[in-house]
Amino acid sequence: MRSCIWPIMKKEFIEIWRDRRSLAFVLTMPVLMLLLYGYGISSDVKRVPLAVYDLDGQPPARELVRRFTSTDYFVVTAQVGSLWELRRAIDLGIAKVGLTIPEDFSQNLGAGRTAPIQFVVDGSDSNTASIAISNIAAISQNTELSPRDLRPQVYLSPRPEHPAPIELRTWVWYNPELKSSNFLIPGLTAVILMMLAAMLTSLTVAREWERGTMEGLIASPLHPVELMLGKILPYVIIGLVDVVIIVLVAVFWFRVPLHGSLTLLMASSTIFLLGALGIGLFLSAATKNQQVAFQLAVLITMLPSLLLSGFFYPIENMPPALRAVTTLVPARYFLVILRGIFLKGVGLVVLWRELLFLAGFAVLMLMASSAKFKKRLE
Amino acid sequence: MNSDLAIEVDELSKRFGRFVAVDRVSFQVERGEVFGFLGPNGSGKSTTIRMLCGILLPTSGTGLVGGFDVARQPERVRERIGYMSQKFSLYEELSVQENLDFFAGIYGLAGPDAIARREEVLALAGLADRRTVLARELPGGLRQRLALASAIIHRPSVLFLDEPTAGVDPIARREFWELIRGMASEGTAIFVTTHYMDEAEHCHSLGFIYQGRLIATGPPSTLKRGLDGSLVEVEVESGALMGALETLQAHPRAREAAMFGAKLHVTLDSPERIPGVQAALAARGIAVRHIQAIVPSLEDVFVSLVAREVGA
Repeated sequence: MRSCIWPIMKKEFIEIWRDRRSLAFVLTMPVLMLLLYGYGISSDVKRVPLAVYDLDGQPPARELVRRFTSTDYFVVTAQVGSLWELRRAIDLGIAKVGLTIPEDFSQNLGAGRTAPIQFVVDGSDSNTASIAISNIAAISQNTELSPRDLRPQVYLSPRPEHPAPIELRTWVWYNPELKSSNFLIPGLTAVILMMLAAMLTSLTVAREWERGTMEGLIASPLHPVELMLGKILPYVIIGLVDVVIIVLVAVFWFRVPLHGSLTLLMASSTIFLLGALGIGLFLSAATKNQQVAFQLAVLITMLPSLLLSGFFYPIENMPPALRAVTTLVPARYFLVILRGIFLKGVGLVVLWRELLFLAGFAVLMLMASSAKFKKRLE
Repeated sequence: MNSDLAIEVDELSKRFGRFVAVDRVSFQVERGEVFGFLGPNGSGKSTTIRMLCGILLPTSGTGLVGGFDVARQPERVRERIGYMSQKFSLYEELSVQENLDFFAGIYGLAGPDAIARREEVLALAGLADRRTVLARELPGGLRQRLALASAIIHRPSVLFLDEPTAGVDPIARREFWELIRGMASEGTAIFVTTHYMDEAEHCHSLGFIYQGRLIATGPPSTLKRGLDGSLVEVEVESGALMGALETLQAHPRAREAAMFGAKLHVTLDSPERIPGVQAALAARGIAVRHIQAIVPSLEDVFVSLVAREVGA
């Protein structure tokens, strides 16, 4: 059988290459989105402004403050002299957390008694507040202030009446630092690729209709499948270039560990891209209008991929109806694959189900768009 | 089946809902023949050409192109035809040569044969020295020739041209027709639509289509002879043109009267009626500058045929 895929691919490549603005957009958008989202929605709450009201003023009190600021989670933005000033610092947004060290702090420590300290947390930004509170707890518990100057533990208020009967020792796997970028970046990769791919192909068939070149193709012996493959393959290659760019930024800029196989990563990206490009192709063939197809492509890929893929919100927390909807979002499966390969270093044995879904989705989309591109006008 | 027939159309019809775009059209085109399909815009020319190219499915009737049924074997038809659409199916961002290579590719041409054929059509279209120019930068006449070159690169035995000279200057049009005649002389059957009546003279055979119906077919000379009665051209003072037209239209011996530029064309039973007509005009105080029997143009033929169609 003669194959007419290559001439179409070649033509698409020339068209893409000559359209420099779009090409630049396609190659820089993933990086911009990675930086924007990678920093913008990071849930690492670092350098929380702290106002300190130190009534004690002795070295142990200063040591306590140092313990908090040395972690990079807190930074002292105000040293205040009264409760009123502390309140004002939080009201004005100079500080999000206020620390009050009572005047008997050193004395209590010296006498081997529990030395209570007080934190006031600005709850108006509940997300930051809850993370700051957990950081306070973590730092306080780890503050085994050296036996010489601080013999007993520092307790948070309210202080426990009894020592905890269970000693909790957590061991975090895969992302021991609980760095949010390790979790976000692989997810973001799925979202970016999904949107980008659907956008790319949404224009390609509609453009042929709008410019009148489609009639020439219809009057030729070209088979619909040849046309679809010839149109989609150049974009698979561009999509894979984007994957490489994303992986480089993820690994070398965001320092996301890549534990698994790069080959598996590229292979699964190819399968995912085929499906995502198929969505755009289908819309393009169905609407025959570049603008409508493009907008639909953005609409049906962006929000579901962001919100229903488990990227932002854990799927386990969703109501059952919504959870059922997420099973239809391809990005959900790719996200599992990406996190699996990046963070866990797992392979096909674990990820085959997700891959199978993505492959099925790709075949479905390509068949649908081939069917939509009928070789006859009725 | 007659092997010399490139196109055989029998009772071909296309309906869009209740609108009948093409109404039981029948005609034949031989190999090496240029068949001109004439009619005003919206008369069904493009619809017919699209059905014959396998782009549109006919509602009823049959169309055979190169011996294959356009409805049942569209793929076989597509391999044998070249189609140049109204909009010129060119890729604007591709150069002349890249466009040709693309069309060669999708018709399955490859290797040295493809290159040789590309050079052949480049020379034929006179585009060899512009091969690196982008299609969008070509002037209208050259775009048209590139579109033609793209449509013939796979050596089709039947060529369909839909309004190929629309928006092209007269010199380019003349050169284009020479190309077309040349291809026909080598055996290609050419089906061409146009609404330029003067172009019809370049065709071996014509079909007049009006409101979806084929109202006449035949060689240009036969069609002109077939116009019964005799055509008379009347020239009057420019201010009296409308008055003269009314008088002629009311005259019992004048079958049709129509404005033709600054003159009037009247169809009379015979040339002997000329003095009577002149007298009728004189009676209305209209001075006739010049009056004579003329050979009808194809436009006269068309106007007359349409008038008959409307009257019927």
